[in-house]
Amino acid sequence: MRDPATHRAIDAVFRIESARLIAGLARIVRDVGLAEELAQDALVAALEQWPRSGVPDNPGAWLMATAKHRAIDLLRRRRLRERKHKELGREIQARQEVAVQNLEAAIDEDVGDDLLRLMFTACHPVLSAEARVALTLRLLGGLTTEEIARAFLVPEATIAQRIVRAKRTLGEARVPFEVPRGAELAARLASVLEVIYLVFNEGYSATAGDDWARPELCEDALRLGRILAELAPEEPEVHGLVALMEIQASRLRARVGPKGEPVLLLDQDRARWDHLLVRRGLAALERAEALGGALGPYALQAAIAACHARAAAPAETDWARIAALYDALAQLTPSPVVELNRAVAIAMAFGPAAGLEIVDNLTAEPTLAGYHHLPAVRADFLSKLGRFDEARLEFERAASLTRNSRERELLLERGAACALGSAPPR
Amino acid sequence: MRFMVLVKADKNSEAGVLPDEKILTEMGKFNEELTKAGVMLAAEGLHPSSKGARVRFSGGKRTVIDGPFTESKELVAGFWLWQVKSKDEAIEWLKRAPFDQTEVEIRQVFEASDFGEAFTPELREAEERMRAQGAERLKKTPKP
Repeated sequence: MRDPATHRAIDAVFRIESARLIAGLARIVRDVGLAEELAQDALVAALEQWPRSGVPDNPGAWLMATAKHRAIDLLRRRRLRERKHKELGREIQARQEVAVQNLEAAIDEDVGDDLLRLMFTACHPVLSAEARVALTLRLLGGLTTEEIARAFLVPEATIAQRIVRAKRTLGEARVPFEVPRGAELAARLASVLEVIYLVFNEGYSATAGDDWARPELCEDALRLGRILAELAPEEPEVHGLVALMEIQASRLRARVGPKGEPVLLLDQDRARWDHLLVRRGLAALERAEALGGALGPYALQAAIAACHARAAAPAETDWARIAALYDALAQLTPSPVVELNRAVAIAMAFGPAAGLEIVDNLTAEPTLAGYHHLPAVRADFLSKLGRFDEARLEFERAASLTRNSRERELLLERGAACALGSAPPR
Repeated sequence: MRFMVLVKADKNSEAGVLPDEKILTEMGKFNEELTKAGVMLAAEGLHPSSKGARVRFSGGKRTVIDGPFTESKELVAGFWLWQVKSKDEAIEWLKRAPFDQTEVEIRQVFEASDFGEAFTPELREAEERMRAQGAERLKKTPKP
């Protein structure tokens, strides 16, 4: 008989254990795709046995032992087959011999390093950003294909295929299951951080769909970030990213109005910010800075977010400091988007005319051609300067460029207010 | 979603007796596991109720009652705040906690999305009134 409570318990156990299972197995079989299959086999075994026998006292160990036996079987079968074909070099044979022998000892070791290896492998630059995101959520976030598909508003088959192809690519490229060292580490770590932040941003400002935000994706990204901060505690930028995400996530419930419309930072009710997350974010930022990472790109962005978090009211915001931090960020990672943000800070610190000057230099920037924030910011400055006709056109242009329907409504509202010849509500 | 895990008081916690080293070590390990899994948001232990107080409300009257309080099973001795995917996940984590003889309660924390459909027009109106008042307050502060 099917027992729904046990099935739910098994799902929960698997969600807790799957990343560790896959990571531990991947080190043994040296193939992330195969490791995931073995972990799935163990899950199937649990689904068969636990409803009868009950959930074991140490379900994680049970799953690992089961998966381990399957791995041993598989390696033995492969060796037999390869022996038959006599195509096998001695070296490979010896390695597999050792692999089987070491399996028991190796698999009981601390899996922390394996999780880190798994993270670096899933975020390997040989994969497209989309593939890295899907694979990371699947292997490390413990999300099902269906959940990933729902989060990104794409058909389940698309995600399933993306994951299959990603695993194949990793195998074909013979990506080693290891934590990169030396000069390679910085670039590879940047790739891991990028993937986590991509997931967070897709949740924080949904690029598509009717909702302004999908908090669950933010939670998934935060969890990955927090795990990574424990796995690589000496890396300042990991703490910088965690700080940035914690502080941004602290505003999630304040940035959506009762009708689901966006509420911009300066209009948010700061009492509704999640002050636990603010505190966690500021602590993570301190760690990044204590590790000498104050000038890392994520730490700088976190420091900017922290300026807002520390201000009890919008009027208390230290805009001059924010402008200086954007200046540092622009030197480190020059980009028109950073420049646009710097313009906003400058305008707040020194007036809209100073901001407009920077923004006007950006209008010819080809990379910002379809970027709705550019006309939105320009419109804001123009309206503050009383140039309502120009402001209205810019608001309308911004509205036509955004893919988010909630944001479009807000922009059109502000444009309509300009048409009445009055400063629009911000 | 978030869950608060409420650990109840017992004779020892109420007497201010600190747990022995073995329990502290086990609890430390468990907390570490929670942190490594990205589940732990906060964890706090509370002083015995003798150091606390209650304020009783009765109409307009407020009466202060100093601790200790006797019904130790109803008292909270500490709590965790966890970030998990489901109640089942919270339960699976709790089952791994190194407790011996006690009952530990988990309660889901309300989040904005929980209001969804239940966010009635009346509540919405109240919310909008609040927001309008907030906007009024903002107008009084100088524009940045």
